[in-house]
Amino acid sequence: MTWSHQDKCAIVGVGATDYYLRGKSWPRTINDMAGEAILKACDDAGISVKDIDGFAYYAGASAGYVDKFDTGSLMETLGMSHVSFTASLTSGGGGVAGAVGLATAGLMNEDCRYAVTVMAVQQVPTARLGAIFGAMKPDPENSFLLPSGLIGPGHLMSVLARRHMHLYGTTEDVLAEIVMASRQHAINRPKAIRRTPLTKEEYLASVMLADPLRRLDFCLETDGAVAVITTTADRAKDCRQKPAYIHACAHGASRAWGRAFGWMGMPDPEFSSSGHQFVADRIWAQSGLRASDMDVALIYDHFSSMVLAQLEDYGFCERGEGNDYILSGKLRYDPATGRGVNGGIPVNPHGGQLSEAYIIGMTHILEAVEQLRGTAINQVADCEFALVTGGPAPIPISSLVLRSA
Amino acid sequence: MTTSIAYGPARVLPGEQIHISTNPDTEPFWEAAKERRLTACQCASCGQFRMPPSAYCPNCSSKERNWPTLPGTGQVFSYAICNKNPANGEDYVYVPVVVELDQAGGVRLVGNLTGCNAEDMHIGMRVEVEWTDICDGWVLPNFRVTDPA
Ligand SMILES: [Zn+2]
Repeated sequence: MTWSHQDKCAIVGVGATDYYLRGKSWPRTINDMAGEAILKACDDAGISVKDIDGFAYYAGASAGYVDKFDTGSLMETLGMSHVSFTASLTSGGGGVAGAVGLATAGLMNEDCRYAVTVMAVQQVPTARLGAIFGAMKPDPENSFLLPSGLIGPGHLMSVLARRHMHLYGTTEDVLAEIVMASRQHAINRPKAIRRTPLTKEEYLASVMLADPLRRLDFCLETDGAVAVITTTADRAKDCRQKPAYIHACAHGASRAWGRAFGWMGMPDPEFSSSGHQFVADRIWAQSGLRASDMDVALIYDHFSSMVLAQLEDYGFCERGEGNDYILSGKLRYDPATGRGVNGGIPVNPHGGQLSEAYIIGMTHILEAVEQLRGTAINQVADCEFALVTGGPAPIPISSLVLRSA
Repeated sequence: MTTSIAYGPARVLPGEQIHISTNPDTEPFWEAAKERRLTACQCASCGQFRMPPSAYCPNCSSKERNWPTLPGTGQVFSYAICNKNPANGEDYVYVPVVVELDQAGGVRLVGNLTGCNAEDMHIGMRVEVEWTDICDGWVLPNFRVTDPA
């Protein structure tokens, strides 16, 4: 059934800092970077930062980081007079797309008029993001996991990827292609961290961190901030930029995925999936659309193997056929035509988190908005619908379909 | 799929670097492990197994639990091959493995797998529990390959 709030809200402003290699943003502070992203997003929208009265987050960026941010300190430094909506989804990068849906909830409930969703990331060498789990003293639940030496997300993903390889004959060639396609897309992007072409040989020479995943299968670790402003469709008409309408948005997951990661109890096929089937079903039901209706897909790529798993969960190809789909070149953007290679739908034409920067999913929303405005660097021709996914991660995970005005 | 890298023998991570914590829901599992008895949390009302142990049965909401003695065997559901000791970053080949336990309704346990070269391991291998002494007097279930073929 069509979502009753379809196209009633829109992203009207986006802003981002430069992206820094992990730890290199210092001596900037987390509020310095978050503030820059918010001020730029407001300027992009053509509103004053003091118009913001809503905050819709998916994480406070506290775990494994040098600092965290919150509504009170952001209001204090940016000068909003009041806030009438401030809420967060309950986990991490899985909720990035859903945070925009949370903003929509605040707007449709008339709690707020302009909502900001922001992520600022800053790491220090003593608190590595990739070792979050390892840095934690085992609690009674993860005492059933950590003693095995599965201490980072990459370790956990490698166990899922191996099961996918076992069930469907998925190859390391496809992981290479995912990483190489991402790199190809980042080459002409001034802000991207990894901008040199990547050969298959270079990929295969990348050190194996958690077999079957190599270092290059892991996303970048970067510092920086990205913010987006969401408002109602009526107010969007008065904003500076063409709105990107919130066409569908969902967060959550099934219990079968709930046992992911720290549990490893998921049944097949969920075990080797991205856990997105539940939210995928919801956004397609909300919109009446399906994967083949998308013009561009911004797929959360913290690990290469999870790009494949999400394409299957969203129905870009059948389950178990991601290997052949991707090896036929269908992730790639063709600058000559402005469309996908071989009839595919371009995936992460901004280079994604594997090659451009990792701001816990926010660069994907930024890219989707630019694609729908027609201002992206690797612009997809006639871009009407963009899919944005959150991370295959602890619940909730989420996704978003944006529509051009 | 098996890997093309020659890792050599897969080892169990040293017990002296491993800590656990317990709560009243999980403690019976670890107390049994101290006696080198492998158990899993089973609903005393409907018989469904669940791991890690939790307060309620997700099937029938009962809080009553049994802790049956399991045969300690199972088969490899999936695994990763790692080559750095997470405690110190030194070279150390270990294989975190997800094992589907026999006679426990398909519940799984995560441990280290040993008993053959890491590159020779594969999904579906038969394994049996092997106990490792860890910090604070606790004992951890790991696994050994029983049919290296
Ligand atoms: Zn029960």
